[in-house]
Amino acid sequence: MSHSMLPQLKPKDFASDQEVRWCPGCGDYAILKAIQKVLADLEVPRERSVFISGIGCSSRFPYYMATYGFHTIHGRAPAVATGTKLANPELDVWVITGDGDGLSIGGNHLVHALRRNVDLNIILFNNEIYGLTKGQVSPTSKRGTLSPTTPRGSVSNPISPATMALGVGARFVARSVDINQAHLVDVLKQAHANAGTSFVEIFQNCIVFNDATFADFTDKAVASENQLLVEHGRPLLFGAERDRGLRLDPSSWSLEVVRPGTNGITEADVLVHDETNRTLATMLAALEPPDFPMALGVLYRDPAPTFDRQVLAQVEPESEGRGLADLLYGGRTWKVSGQV
Amino acid sequence: MTEQRLTSSPSREVRDSVVVRFAGDSGDGMQLAGTQFTMENALAGSDLATFPDYPAEIRAPAGTTYGVSSFQIHFGAVDVKTAGDELDVLVALNPAALKVNLSDLRIGGTVVVDAGSFTDRNLAKADYDHSPLDDEVLAPYQVIPLDISQLTRNAVEHLGLSSRDALRSRNMWALGLLLWMFDRDKQATVDWLRNKFKGAEDAADAAVAALSAGHAFGETVEMPTKIPGYTVSRAELEPGLYRTVSGTDALGWGLASGLKSSGLSRMVFASYPITPASPLLHLLARMKELGIVTFQAEDEIAAACAAIGASYAGALGVTSSSGPGIALKTEAIGLAVATELPLVVVNSQRGGPSTGLPTKTEQADLFQAVYGRNSDTPVAVVAPATPADCFHVGREAVRLATRFMTPVFILTDAYLANAAEPWLIPDLDTLSDFPVQFRVDPDGFQPYARDQGTLARPWAVPGTPGLEHRIGGIERDATTGNISYDPDNHDQMTRLRASKIAGIANDIPEQGVELGPAEGRLAVVGWGSTYGSLFKAVERSRQKGLEVSHIHLRYLSPFPRNLGDLLQRFDRVLVPELNAGQLLAMLRSTYLIPAEGLNRVAGRPFRIGDIEATIGLMLAD
Repeated sequence: MSHSMLPQLKPKDFASDQEVRWCPGCGDYAILKAIQKVLADLEVPRERSVFISGIGCSSRFPYYMATYGFHTIHGRAPAVATGTKLANPELDVWVITGDGDGLSIGGNHLVHALRRNVDLNIILFNNEIYGLTKGQVSPTSKRGTLSPTTPRGSVSNPISPATMALGVGARFVARSVDINQAHLVDVLKQAHANAGTSFVEIFQNCIVFNDATFADFTDKAVASENQLLVEHGRPLLFGAERDRGLRLDPSSWSLEVVRPGTNGITEADVLVHDETNRTLATMLAALEPPDFPMALGVLYRDPAPTFDRQVLAQVEPESEGRGLADLLYGGRTWKVSGQV
Repeated sequence: MTEQRLTSSPSREVRDSVVVRFAGDSGDGMQLAGTQFTMENALAGSDLATFPDYPAEIRAPAGTTYGVSSFQIHFGAVDVKTAGDELDVLVALNPAALKVNLSDLRIGGTVVVDAGSFTDRNLAKADYDHSPLDDEVLAPYQVIPLDISQLTRNAVEHLGLSSRDALRSRNMWALGLLLWMFDRDKQATVDWLRNKFKGAEDAADAAVAALSAGHAFGETVEMPTKIPGYTVSRAELEPGLYRTVSGTDALGWGLASGLKSSGLSRMVFASYPITPASPLLHLLARMKELGIVTFQAEDEIAAACAAIGASYAGALGVTSSSGPGIALKTEAIGLAVATELPLVVVNSQRGGPSTGLPTKTEQADLFQAVYGRNSDTPVAVVAPATPADCFHVGREAVRLATRFMTPVFILTDAYLANAAEPWLIPDLDTLSDFPVQFRVDPDGFQPYARDQGTLARPWAVPGTPGLEHRIGGIERDATTGNISYDPDNHDQMTRLRASKIAGIANDIPEQGVELGPAEGRLAVVGWGSTYGSLFKAVERSRQKGLEVSHIHLRYLSPFPRNLGDLLQRFDRVLVPELNAGQLLAMLRSTYLIPAEGLNRVAGRPFRIGDIEATIGLMLAD
C-alpha cells in the first residue's frame, strides 16, 4: 500500500473537515478523540477504515472521520456493515450506534451480528436517553425516568447492553466510560485487535437530556470507589486502596463484596478475572452501584472464527469450477434442427 | 441430448395442442409428476407453458379441497404462449381434486380419476354427499375411472412395501399413463428418478415400477376402459439447443450473467425466506462458484441493508422478496436512492394486501415499486414477460443499476417464478458486456460530481486510497456530498434524482409492438406475466379480422421514450392487468389518454378468452 510509505498519521489526520455538531460538553467528543487516537496509534491506513452508523446523536460520528463513512438508517448499521464485510472482508469496519438505535429499533440486527460473530467493532454509546429527538426514554433508561413520553416516570425495566450481548453469544464484550480517556483508548485497541464482533458499551453522558445519569460511578468523588477495572489474570479488586474485592458466595451462587484482611478473608479468596469465562462475565456485567462497583474493561473475550471469513471460505474453493455455461447446458437439453 | 421420437400409432387422434392438469393432495407429488411430464414433452419437441398451483399450507389436512395441489401444462405443435384456458385432460387423484378442478375441464374433455380414492371418508372431506362417479355431474365429460391406488399397489407388490409407502407412487403411475396417452417416452423420467433417489433404491424401484405399470396399462387395457391415445407433433421452434426453464432459474442465471458482464467479482444476494420468492435464494445459494455470496438475513430490512452495504463496498448488492417483504425494505431502498448506490430488488409478486394469497399470482405491486417510498424517491422498474425473459431482464437490471447508480426493481410474480417453458439457450459469448468502472483517481474527486451523460455519481469504494468520503441519508451537497440543509440544494438534488431516472429512457430500446401495426383502432397494452394471454387474445382477434395490436412493456419506470407517441396513434387503449388498474393509472396520468382497464385479481393468470371477448366488444361497432 502506498500509504505505508507516508509519514505516520496523527489523531488530527483522522478528523474530517466537517464541523462537529454535538452539544457543547457532550460525551461524544471524548469518544471521537479516543477513536482518532486509536487509529493513529495503530497506524491503520485511512482508506481501510469504514465507519457505519444508524440514526441518533452518536450516529453522526462518521461525518467527523477522515475515513470512509456511511450514515445509514435507524438501527440498521449492523446489517449494512455485515453486507460490507461480505463484499470485502479486508476492510476495518466500525459500527457506531446508541442505546436507542442499537437496542430499540435495531435490536434485532445487533443480536444477529453478535451471534454470527461478524468481524466488526460495534461501539454502543449508552446515554440512557433519546437525544436527537429531544429526551424521550430509551431501552436503557432507569425505571422512574421522567421524560416527555413518561411524565409520571418510566415503568419499563432497562436492558443491560453487556448482559444482552453475552446472552446472545458475543465473543468480545467490553465496557468503558467517555471521560476515562486512557481506559477507553486501551479498551478500543483491544476491541480492534479482536477478530469477530467486538462489542463495546461506552457510558456516555448526555449533558442536555440526562446529565449525570452515571454519576454514581463516574463522578470524580466516587469513581475510584465504584469502578472495578477488570484485567485478565488479575484479582477482582477495587477501591482507591484496592481494599475490596469480589468473592463467589457459594450459598447463593452470586458475587459478594469482601474486604481482604477482615473477618478472616484473604486476597486468595478474591476471584481472579478470567475473560474466557462467560458465566463470570455475565455476573460482572450485572453488577451496579450502590451495592456493587460497575465493572469496566474487557469482561469477556473468547475468539471464534468470524462469520464473514467462514461464508467467504465456502465461496472461494470452488471458484475455478463450474461456469455459468455449465449450469445452462447442465440440465436435460435437446436440439431442434433446421427442418421440422 | 435426446433423439426425438417421431413414431405414432395410426390409431391415435392427432391434436395441435393439449392442456393437461394433474391434481391431487398437496402430498401426492403432483408438482413432481407435472414437472416430469413437462420434461418428456419438451424432449419430444413440443412447445409448452406450465402453471403450477399449490396451497400455502405445506401439508393441509389430506383430502380437503383447500389442500389440493395441481400442475397444468399446455403443450403442442403450435406456438404455445399460455398454460391454456380450458383443460382437455384432468387427472384427479382424489375427490377433492375433482371437485376443485372440474369446472376448468372443457365440455367433452377427459377426466382420469383414481376411483380407489373415492372412499366415503374422502368424499365427506370433499363435501360430496355421494360419489360424483355415480352422478350425472360427470355426464358432459369422458370419464376414465381407474383404481389407480390398487393398480399402484399391484405394480410395486414385489418390493414388499407398506401400503402407505406403495401409494406414494400413485403420481408416477398416473404420469406413466399420461405419457402413454400422448405417445411420450419415459426414459428421461426413469433417469431422473434413479438419480433423485440415489441411495434409496427401494424408493427408486417403486417409482419406476409404478411409472412403467401406468405406461403399460394404457397399451394393454381392454375395453370398456380403453384409454384414448393422441399424437401431438413437434412444434416449429427456432433451431438450436433447448432446455426447459422456470422464471426462477432464468432470473437467477440472468443475474449471474449480469454479474459477469459487469466485471464485478462478487454478488451479495441478501434475502429472507418468503413465498414465492425463496426458490431464487435457494438457487443462488448453490451458485457460489460464480462469485455469488448468499446471505439469509435476520429479516427483510437486514437483507436490503446488507445488499446496500455490499454495493457500498463494490459488490453487486441484490435483495429479493415478495410484496410484504418489499414493504419492510422500503426505507432501505430510499437510502440507496439517496446515497445513489446500485441495488437490484426482486419482487416475486403475490396476491395481497397483507399476507394475502402467498402462493397465488398477482401484479399489484407496480405502484409500490414505482411510487412506494416516502418523499420524491424515483427508481427504475423493469418486468419480465415470460419465464425465459427473466434471464434478459435480470441482466438488464444489473446493467441499469451499475450504469446509473440506482436501485432497480424487477417485478416478477408467483406465476412467472414457477412456470416453465422451452428455452433456446443463449450463446453466452455473444451477450454484450457492460463493464463497471470504479473511481480510483483522487485528483478532483467529489463523491457527488456526476457523469454528464448518465447523471450517475462515481462509484468510489472503501479501500481506495485518497477517496475517503462520507455518504448517508441526510440530504447532501450536490457536489461534495457533505451534509447540506440548503433549500436550493435540496430542490436541485430532488430534480437531479428525478432527471437521472428519467434519462434512462435514452438508454433503453424504444417501445415496439408485439403483434399488429403501430397504429389503429385498439392497442392492448400489458406488462409482466400477462404477456402470453394478451398475445394470444390479440392473435386470435386478428385472425377474426379485428384491427387490434399488442404492446407489452418491459420498462415501467421510466417508460420507453416513444411510448406516449405510440399510444396516441391508437383510437383506444385497453390495459388488462391482474390488479385494480395500476399501469392504467400511470398511462392516464403520464400521457393524458383515456385508456381503459380490464382488471381481474383472482390469484391466477388471465384466460385468453376473457381478453378476446373484451377486444371483441370494444371493436363490435
